[in-house]
Amino acid sequence: MSQHVELLILGAGPAGMSAALAAAPSGMTIAVLDDNPLPGGQIWRDGPQAHLPPQARDMRTQLEQHSNIQLHSATKVVALAGAKRLLLEDAERGWVLSYDKLILCTGARELLLPFPGWTLPGVTGAGGLQALIKGGLRVAGERVVVAGTGPLLLASAATAHLNGAKVQRIAEQASLASVSRFASGLWAWPSKALQAVGLRNSRYRTSAHVVQALGHDRLEAVRIRLGHREEEIPCERLACGFSLVPNVEIGQALGCQVVNRAIAVDQWQATGLADHYAAGECTGFGGSELALVEGRIAGLVAAGENDQARALWPERQRWQRFADRLNRAFALRPDIKQLARPDTLVCRCEDVPLSALTAHNGWTAAKLNTRCGMGACQGRICSTAAQTLFGWEPPSLRAPFTPARIATLVCLDEGGELS
Amino acid sequence: MPDLNIDGQPLRVADGTTVAAALMSVGDQCSRTSLGGQRRAPLCGMGICQECRVSIDGLRRLACQTLCRDGMRVETRP
Repeated sequence: MSQHVELLILGAGPAGMSAALAAAPSGMTIAVLDDNPLPGGQIWRDGPQAHLPPQARDMRTQLEQHSNIQLHSATKVVALAGAKRLLLEDAERGWVLSYDKLILCTGARELLLPFPGWTLPGVTGAGGLQALIKGGLRVAGERVVVAGTGPLLLASAATAHLNGAKVQRIAEQASLASVSRFASGLWAWPSKALQAVGLRNSRYRTSAHVVQALGHDRLEAVRIRLGHREEEIPCERLACGFSLVPNVEIGQALGCQVVNRAIAVDQWQATGLADHYAAGECTGFGGSELALVEGRIAGLVAAGENDQARALWPERQRWQRFADRLNRAFALRPDIKQLARPDTLVCRCEDVPLSALTAHNGWTAAKLNTRCGMGACQGRICSTAAQTLFGWEPPSLRAPFTPARIATLVCLDEGGELS
Repeated sequence: MPDLNIDGQPLRVADGTTVAAALMSVGDQCSRTSLGGQRRAPLCGMGICQECRVSIDGLRRLACQTLCRDGMRVETRP
């Protein structure tokens, strides 16, 4: 079976849901795809230990009520299958879906950077730990250290705390001056988030970063640098993330321009490619409020409602200013790029250490000589790390974009589903 | 409350629990063995890093993007 829709939306987070709901009154046939089992993206991830805000529940209900919106959860984009055609795969089948217009709402992932011990079980991303807890991971009574940069550290620590973990330290690499300048803005997150994790217990430190995760078979302690001194904190978990990077791979493979690691869009959320739009974190990290309004604009424009879309520009501009402020405040300090030692693995799929990469002058040479980036994650972790550490620009991703079944790839030949 | 089996060990979890969350509560809490022989556990929690790839009923799946179902057999060792 091959399927056709007038509007395809990749990603069912705030931007994708918002785009679908904005376009739905037009009567267009709409498909929304997401690789997670439930809609909501990362910020509104549902699960046995998740607490969804009313807005997220309301939007999910509305999605279900529109008969012209089909939601395909747990579905991945495997490859391009010709002009305006994508090869998809879910748990049961592979198939080709064609579209007239596409909105990329592929979100962002955490920037995970190598440091000694980061491959030890017990070490996760900061958002990673939060996602795992929402998904049912029990952390009651465990000692947790949160490290890296950005507001996500506080959100992650709050989730761990609310689920009974003992948060030992929150190490923010940005300086107190940077964080204070940001916090003195209009946005209400710092006071609320800091209260939630008990900042008065003084666990939060600025100009602080992870140096090493220690342990034999799993994490036993974390070494943190605080200014000029170091501390060693025994713990069961380290949640470490260095803010977010946009998921641009599918947009880039389609031919959309990528500038500063984000899909470039104009004021209509249009990419340079006709009938292809992008909204939310894949166009630059800015939080869920910005993603919601960008998604709404993209959905309206895709439905031909440009006047309604234009009316939302001031709101988008307001949230964009917050996003700019946030990105300035949490810019990475140079010493964060020096954490890995020669024997620290950079590519976790192919077990390639830093020392094997430094002999090369670019990503392609490193990849061809070391197998770095040739494993299951297709370089999503290590090429992003190499880009941050060495300034190596990753090339466009080649299909399959994600590990897929042979039976799915065969659909490319047949132009339809393999039954 | 699905009942599943991880590396031969029976386990009952709350509805909506991901396989990643489930496997982090039994055995060595790991999901795979690396090329160099290290045991690894879920890292990103959101379908990017592939560290949580496991065999579920004979098919390779990402544990963090799969919900536990009754009768599932999950294997983390080759």
